[in-house]
Amino acid sequence: MQTIWLTLAAAGLLTYLTRLSFMGLLQHWQMPDMLRRALRFVPPAVLSAIIFPDLLLREGVLAFSLDNYRLLAGVAAALVGWRTRNILWTIASGMAVLYLLQWLSVSL
Amino acid sequence: MKTPIGSQVHPDRAEFFAGALNELPLLLGVFPFGMIYGVLAMQALMPAAAAQGMSAIVFAGSSQFISAQLLAQGAPSLVLIGTVFIVNLRHALYSASLLPYTRHLSLKWKALLAYFLTDEAYVVAIAHYDTDTPVERKHWYFLGAGVTLWAGWQLSTAAGIFLGAQVPASWSLDFALALTFIALVVPALKDKPAVAAAITAGLIALAAHALPYKLWLIAAAIGGILAGLACEELCRRSG
Repeated sequence: MQTIWLTLAAAGLLTYLTRLSFMGLLQHWQMPDMLRRALRFVPPAVLSAIIFPDLLLREGVLAFSLDNYRLLAGVAAALVGWRTRNILWTIASGMAVLYLLQWLSVSL
Repeated sequence: MKTPIGSQVHPDRAEFFAGALNELPLLLGVFPFGMIYGVLAMQALMPAAAAQGMSAIVFAGSSQFISAQLLAQGAPSLVLIGTVFIVNLRHALYSASLLPYTRHLSLKWKALLAYFLTDEAYVVAIAHYDTDTPVERKHWYFLGAGVTLWAGWQLSTAAGIFLGAQVPASWSLDFALALTFIALVVPALKDKPAVAAAITAGLIALAAHALPYKLWLIAAAIGGILAGLACEELCRRSG
């Protein structure tokens, strides 16, 4: 019980310091060029690291097949996201495809 | 231009409300997101107070989603803290891009604004900063957007916690997390190095998922960033 609050406090403090960093703490710090270039890759790297296992692993095993509905729904959502650039449409289409496939597999 | 007191809304206050108003449409997307987080936190058996507390203390949706997932998998605290740090590292980019606009502010103001520096508040604030009008009062606009988002996030979390037990796992709400990230990653894949970073990180995450201590996300993020840098270096040399 107490551990969770300490964990939250540490995670919150690190997040806060990240947000304050260049705006408040490091205003006069000349960031090394390498670090500045590395920061750009943080969003694609972190996001894919979360997406890939969610779509491709089922109970810890690689599931690269047509009956992996999350994978199919995720690919459909990526296409919608690429065309529309709209977060809500992307989520809605992915959930719709997932529900549709689940419903089809039960009723057929 | 001076106006007598009382004849008009104070310009600071006008900025604040303009920011709040322009944040409102984003709450449409934030509200379901916050509710899903609350539901997932309950499914991960987080105490309700801690689930709500995290929305106030960390105040960063995607990292809270991941934390709920990691807690459900029984990850150690240090891994959870490291993962939240990595997932929220992109906020440093926002901080850097706001530096030219916030230079004139006191440290107190900067410390306050940093707390509200989330994806959704940043998007609204930077759009206002990027216009040609004078910058001196725009921190009030930022604050208005941030406070509005904060209120929406706390309320939607509470609603999700309240619903928590009643939402069956068969609804696959956790899938909304992957879908949200798909929506965020697609526009970030602007060039070859970014694609290399994404694919490398994804493959490492798959390969390392079975490793102990749930270190896969941290390993994958570092590997992906290095791959992006390497690819950029190669492109520069060949091109």
